[in-house]
Amino acid sequence: MKYFTLEKTKENIAVITIDCPDGKVNKVSSGFLDEVAAIIDDIKNDKSVAGMVITSAKEDNFVVGADIDEVKGMQTAEEAVVYISKGHAILNELEKMKIPVIACIHGNCLGGGLELALVCNYRMAVDSPQTVLGFPEVQLGLLPAAGGTQRLPALIGLTTALPMMLTARTLRARQAKRAGLIDELIPPYGLKQTGIKKALELAKSGLPARKRKRSFVNFLLESNPLGRKIVFAQARKMITRQTYGCYPAPYAIIDAVECGYKKGREAGLKKEIELFGKLVVSPQSKSLTNLFLSMSDLKKNPQKHLARHVGKLAVVGTGLMGQGIAAVSTSVCDTILMKDVNLDAAAAGMKEIWKSLEKRTKAGAMLHFDRDVQYNKLVACDDYALFVNTDLVIEAVFEELEIKKRVLADVEAATGEWTIFASNTSAIPIKNIAAGCKRPQNVIGMHYFSPVPRMPLLEIITTEQTADWVTATALDLGIAQGKTCIVVKDGPGFYTTRILAPLLNETILLLEEGAIPNELDRAMRRFGYPVGPATLIDEVGIDVGAHVYEQLGPMFSKRGITASQGLKKLLAQGYKGKKNKKGIYNYDLKKKKGQKMPDENVYDILGGNPRRKFDEELIQQRISLMMINEALICLEEGIISCPRDGDVGAVFGLGFPPFQGGPFRYIDNTGAAKVLVTMESLEKQYGQRFRPARILGDFVKSGKKIYSGK
Amino acid sequence: MSAADRERVAVIDACRTPFMRAGTAYYDLMAWKLGSYAVKGLIARTGIDPALVDYGIMGTVMADVATTNVAREIMLGAGLPGSIPAHTCTAACVSANIAITTAYDMICNGQASAVIAGGTEFMSDPAIKIGKRYRRFILDYTMFKRPKTLAGKLKLLKGMKLKDFFAVEQPAIGEYSTGLIMGENADRLARRLGITRQEQDEFAARSHRLAVAATRNGKMKKEIVPVVVPGTGKAITEDNGPRADATLERMAKIQPAFERKYGTVTAGNSSFLTDGASAVLLMSEEKARNVGLKPLAYIRSYAQAGSDPWEELLLGPAFATARALQKANLKFSDIKVFEIHEAFAAQILANIRYMESEKWGRERLGLDGKMGAVDMERINTRGGSLSLGHPFGATGGRLIASCCNRLREENARYGLVAGCGAGAVGNAIILENAQ
Repeated sequence: MKYFTLEKTKENIAVITIDCPDGKVNKVSSGFLDEVAAIIDDIKNDKSVAGMVITSAKEDNFVVGADIDEVKGMQTAEEAVVYISKGHAILNELEKMKIPVIACIHGNCLGGGLELALVCNYRMAVDSPQTVLGFPEVQLGLLPAAGGTQRLPALIGLTTALPMMLTARTLRARQAKRAGLIDELIPPYGLKQTGIKKALELAKSGLPARKRKRSFVNFLLESNPLGRKIVFAQARKMITRQTYGCYPAPYAIIDAVECGYKKGREAGLKKEIELFGKLVVSPQSKSLTNLFLSMSDLKKNPQKHLARHVGKLAVVGTGLMGQGIAAVSTSVCDTILMKDVNLDAAAAGMKEIWKSLEKRTKAGAMLHFDRDVQYNKLVACDDYALFVNTDLVIEAVFEELEIKKRVLADVEAATGEWTIFASNTSAIPIKNIAAGCKRPQNVIGMHYFSPVPRMPLLEIITTEQTADWVTATALDLGIAQGKTCIVVKDGPGFYTTRILAPLLNETILLLEEGAIPNELDRAMRRFGYPVGPATLIDEVGIDVGAHVYEQLGPMFSKRGITASQGLKKLLAQGYKGKKNKKGIYNYDLKKKKGQKMPDENVYDILGGNPRRKFDEELIQQRISLMMINEALICLEEGIISCPRDGDVGAVFGLGFPPFQGGPFRYIDNTGAAKVLVTMESLEKQYGQRFRPARILGDFVKSGKKIYSGK
Repeated sequence: MSAADRERVAVIDACRTPFMRAGTAYYDLMAWKLGSYAVKGLIARTGIDPALVDYGIMGTVMADVATTNVAREIMLGAGLPGSIPAHTCTAACVSANIAITTAYDMICNGQASAVIAGGTEFMSDPAIKIGKRYRRFILDYTMFKRPKTLAGKLKLLKGMKLKDFFAVEQPAIGEYSTGLIMGENADRLARRLGITRQEQDEFAARSHRLAVAATRNGKMKKEIVPVVVPGTGKAITEDNGPRADATLERMAKIQPAFERKYGTVTAGNSSFLTDGASAVLLMSEEKARNVGLKPLAYIRSYAQAGSDPWEELLLGPAFATARALQKANLKFSDIKVFEIHEAFAAQILANIRYMESEKWGRERLGLDGKMGAVDMERINTRGGSLSLGHPFGATGGRLIASCCNRLREENARYGLVAGCGAGAVGNAIILENAQ
């Protein structure tokens, strides 16, 4: 056997240890399933076997889910149905076994792994922060397809199960115990022996009755068709509100679960198989899966051998960005200097970090002592005296070139030749910051996104002078911080800010032409953006936007594109966005029907009265194509080195619709020729800014996809 | 090999947390946390790669049972690698001094080449024991006798009074061998040596005056690592012990604290309960050179001393200094910077009496005559334990930090750090400016 070892103990317990070859994790695959089938047959034929224990030989996982490469390779729905039906048949067999089947879980037990555990009679999990159970399928545009949609609600109740599957929320061991997903918490190590003991006990005494504790409200909702109807309706409504119907997977999950409740287990399982076939070949799932794979790709540092260890990190400027960067570093570095103009400012940043550590501790994700250790790594300071031997300094001070240059000079004076200086600027070219400094080879850009702990992207910006070891070290740190990193070339706005600027510009232009912000937001939400552009401007800050314009303006005007002066005008009137409650929307007025109210004065400042309606598709094209085209130009200019980086940057940094896979995947999905035609017609109507990137024409001519051969 | 050729032991840096009166800003912390802040600050200040540290020694007096080897928790808590061992040492108020001199010994012996030593004390939550009878009852009931029958259980209750269930034992502050509380002994000493209330109050007021000045003119900042108590978002940067209003007139109004009727020792001229921690990085000269760290000072010599717990309980500095000078082959007049622990004004004045006395020098300190004349301009010029506070296990580290900084600023060659501790022990360290 390739994937398992099977052992029959002297007590007549069959112990199956999952140990997939080639890799640190166990994944469900066709070969895996074939072997399970064979094992089940063996055990069924051996009447002496009194019980069965399933466990894993891997260090920190049970089974992490299905083999994504295999799923991705499926070209037709039929193929997918055949594959998953096989899985169903095997799990059904296992479920029907007459002897007790025990799952001993430690580490990740996700997707297919959890579905395997669900057909066991008894689940035991190691009580440690490493043990995590859940269904992440929805993130790949899929549903738990090996019985998960049926067996999870049956075990832990509809109101707990549904959100788990819809949001991919995972449970740690204790939470899972509380939810009833696992039957017993066990101590680490010796899982096999623990399992054998339990199997013998259950073989003798029979399975214990499970009693699910649920609140009265949950009882009312779960125990009868009417209550369940409410749950399903609410869930669909919530999904629609959040995704504007762009993602089919959540609906499929609800459909499958509902079918099981209405027509029984068997029909539910059938429905699940059918929906899986459809989802696997859906463009949404393909895009999401590709994104996932790109992300996994980017978790590796190709130049790891050049990277130096960052033991001592310094963050200059401990505002929202600075403290966020420090927060994601407490588990990575030994010492983190929190430098600000005064100690109380640094202390205020530390308070926020403490809060998030405290939250994770309360949630059981970390131990008290580790919380304290991580907090203790933070050292507040108000000068550069402590900067001696610092490995990497990240500045997150005010976005002004002169201030940043001064910080760089101070840091250089206080540190040595092995200290990297990283700027967390979002738009100022790194080479301008490095101009005239002592060690330009040590200067790099590390552009984090706010809020840092939640935003997955880190854009690393290298200048022509940046040394390779510096890039490798920054990349290493970023990966260790849990970020998905793209390395891009220096230039105004780098990649992310640069492709965002035209999108924001188009939004302002539309407003100036008389559009209503809510309509712009709605149109783009329907297109798939998580946040509408008008809201985004308010959240990012009109001042920040205006500053970005200033940085990028000259580059665009060289291409014959004049940026709108709208943001500047608004800023002159004291509009800064949500932060000072003066933005495109009026934050003093109450929402009407969940809609924010626009600030009518903005209309006067921007012009375009009276307001008029725009065609939704036109809005979507104008706004989204501005970003997509700029991404193409960045690829053309070599700002990004490959389309993968461009897609990952746009999706994880700017919220480009994930189901579209990113600007480049979007072009591949839509067809370059079609995009080109749209661009050309927009150019005719609106001018130069819609002039398509040269390489778009090249792709059309060659007939190749951007992701050729993939 | 003469002493001069031997590899010297360098003090690379020394720092401490702000010292806070017990029950104030550190109220919600623990001893190990304070210690970790000091050690972390030390690591950050020196920029040393933590993996280069070989060992940790921390002093503490009122140990928390939850962290009996508090040094180890401190080192782990400061994020140092688990491969660095650590032990806790306790020797009353010279615990940190002895932690530091033990580190010195380890480096001299080649056991280690880089050691973090210091101490921590947390008086905001001292262990309070339940009364002995109730303690006995619980232990017998649950561990030693474990009666099974009702009769057996009742038997354990026999002889117990209701108040036994409520009585608590005060944390021991008295001298076990003499039964005298330290303040009572200070009164006894003051009377024996003729130290007046006026003298004591003047010295205490001076301590406050100097501490306030050193805080205000920024000199104190150098030895302090700010503490941000988790969740408060406020940086603690200064000691809260020194009082600008501690004038002689006010001092004079305070009632005696120990011998109510005839005593002269008051809360004003005694050190107070304090939370705080200190940390010192010691290295062999060679290692410091190799890793590019510049020493502040070298330990020239040290000595420990014991004396009579009845009559000389607090005279450790005088006894230990005499020996340390001998070992260093230095004269008293060579010392230009004095940092002597101030447990009580009476105690430090008594030590000065001993140092300046022909009689005591000959009879008790083993000298030919008097040790030397003490120049008050050179002693504790930034205040001392009377004003800055006295976290028992940590004070020694503060004295080292202060002495090193003063050596630099005053451009002096030799400095003395000395302290006394319960049980009548003393420790003196002679530092040589590395500049």
